[in-house]
Amino acid sequence: MIAAAPELSAPAGFAARPIIEAKGVSRILPGIVPVTLVHDINIEIGANEFVAITGPSGSGKSSLLYLLGLLDLPTTGEVSIDGRATTEMREEERARVRLAKLGFVFQFHFLLPEFSILENVTLPMRALGALSARQMTQRGEGLLAALGLAEHRHKRPDQLSGGQRQRVAVARALANEPPVILADEPTGSLDSRASEQVFELLQNLALNQGKTVVAVTHDLSIAARMWRRVELVDGRIVSDIRTDFDRGAGKNVENRP
Amino acid sequence: MNLIVDIAWTHIRSRARQTGFAVAGVATGVGFSIMMASLMQGSQDDFTNRLVNAMPAITVSDDRRAAPPQPAEAHYAAAEIRGLTPEARRRGIKNPLAIMASLESWLPGYIAPSVKVQGIIRYANQDVATSIIGIDPRRETLVSDLPKQMRGATLTALYRATNAIIIGDRLAEKIGARIGANLTVQTSLGTRINAQVVGYFHSGVRQIDETSAYVQTRTGQVLARQTGLINELHLRLRDPMAARETAARVEKDTGYKSVSWQEAHEDLISTFVIRNLIMYTVVGAILLVASFGTYNIISTITHEKARDIAIMKSLGLSERKVRSVFVLEALIVGLGGTVLGFLLGYLLCLALGSIRISNPFVDADRLPLAYDAQHYALAGLVALVSSGLAGYAPARKAARVHPVEIIRGAT
Repeated sequence: MIAAAPELSAPAGFAARPIIEAKGVSRILPGIVPVTLVHDINIEIGANEFVAITGPSGSGKSSLLYLLGLLDLPTTGEVSIDGRATTEMREEERARVRLAKLGFVFQFHFLLPEFSILENVTLPMRALGALSARQMTQRGEGLLAALGLAEHRHKRPDQLSGGQRQRVAVARALANEPPVILADEPTGSLDSRASEQVFELLQNLALNQGKTVVAVTHDLSIAARMWRRVELVDGRIVSDIRTDFDRGAGKNVENRP
Repeated sequence: MNLIVDIAWTHIRSRARQTGFAVAGVATGVGFSIMMASLMQGSQDDFTNRLVNAMPAITVSDDRRAAPPQPAEAHYAAAEIRGLTPEARRRGIKNPLAIMASLESWLPGYIAPSVKVQGIIRYANQDVATSIIGIDPRRETLVSDLPKQMRGATLTALYRATNAIIIGDRLAEKIGARIGANLTVQTSLGTRINAQVVGYFHSGVRQIDETSAYVQTRTGQVLARQTGLINELHLRLRDPMAARETAARVEKDTGYKSVSWQEAHEDLISTFVIRNLIMYTVVGAILLVASFGTYNIISTITHEKARDIAIMKSLGLSERKVRSVFVLEALIVGLGGTVLGFLLGYLLCLALGSIRISNPFVDADRLPLAYDAQHYALAGLVALVSSGLAGYAPARKAARVHPVEIIRGAT
């Protein structure tokens, strides 16, 4: 481990217990010819990391993200969240962990079309049921205001632009204040301006709110600006590079193995 | 609003037309089921009431259930006697007043004696074979509907003349006898009396109205040549449905054959069971067909909402919660259909009850309908259960949607 300079933001998770840990994880789709999506993945992701998962198409980036996000179950191996093994958990328990600990942002916004923007954002809070209706509305409105969407809160998703919808999706992912945000090609369907806004939004979550953000991206320029880059080829991790971030300069300063 | 309810309601609301058709399907099923149950129950009740009112709840007769055994048979198990006629005994119930007093000490109802004799009524050169029934007018009032069936006089008119007689209105019409007419009554035993018509009755049963006549018990005993004896005791109970058990006790107490109205009409009552079975089968079939509509709408919604289901699951909604959403949607359809069906059923019953029928063999001019909360409860329960089951299959399938497959498919 390389110690970070005082002015540099050290991506955490080295010494502390990892928030997400995958041990020997493989995912094989059964069939006449079984397809291996990821093979023998070992990775630890700690608190306040800003991780890019990169690789060519079909390399298993999204599959790994879904496994780390408990959306899929590994064929072999174990995924632990906050030190808790999840493979043997009941479906309901895994759903609960997902609800409380993980926030998802997909390439498409996947907002529920019949619900208003505010209702979409408060949906995970309602599912978790930890807050009163008033608290949920307050937090939802706060999130939308922070993302510059306050005036759109009563609109339907189809009344917003693509970038705005994706920001709503980020707000929804943050609804239960999860420590980890998992994003699958969050800028993939956006134009360059909207992409930049969403990237800054995710970076801000790691930088200012201490969140762990893990994003799958095929955009190398975006990946280069993230603090850790995990590259997959044919379902295997071929490189895992960490970078220190200079808060003053607002950019990465060096690469670490 | 609860999240599950909110999502379910939003889905239902966003497919108002489809939902409307599904609700209408359930409502039609529930409505027609209620109407049919009401009609079947009404006709059954009407029939039962007529049966109970037309005859006593229990009839104690001077018959025995089995011929008395030969003395040797009674003493020796191995004895078998052939060719001997059972001991002849005089017909009639002895000491009727003592028996009635004894029964009245515990019986929850009323008792009236009756003497029956077959005879011929002769008037204006016409002879009509008639059942002459001797009754105690005061007691008869308590056990039968005869007082209500009287025309032109009351039952106490029997006290008016020495040999007063009340005849069926059709019999009176047939022989042209009016109130005050003097008839000749002759029995098969050779007894002959002159009797004065003091009233008519109309039971509504053609055969009875054409061939029956009532006299006082004393007159009946004279005609039957059985002074001090009666042929039957008629019992009316406060709860006619308890007749079977009461009859058994009466028979045990008196030693005379006691037949409840249920036993007398066992074959008819068994047809009610078959009728009810047919009714419930048809009602079940109607509601089953209605539930297909519910299945259809829920299947359509789950199919259309596959992506939303995936997203809800990826956010952290468990399979159970997703399943609950769609089962709840089915129940909302079922509940809506049930409520509308209640209204439809009631209106159908009102409409059916307003239809006039004219049948010379039936007194009633309207269809008999029973308004019973149980019909509504049963139809509603079946509708809700079948809707829930119809929704469960697609809901289960929806809940098992693998979010990754849908998300990958969408990207």
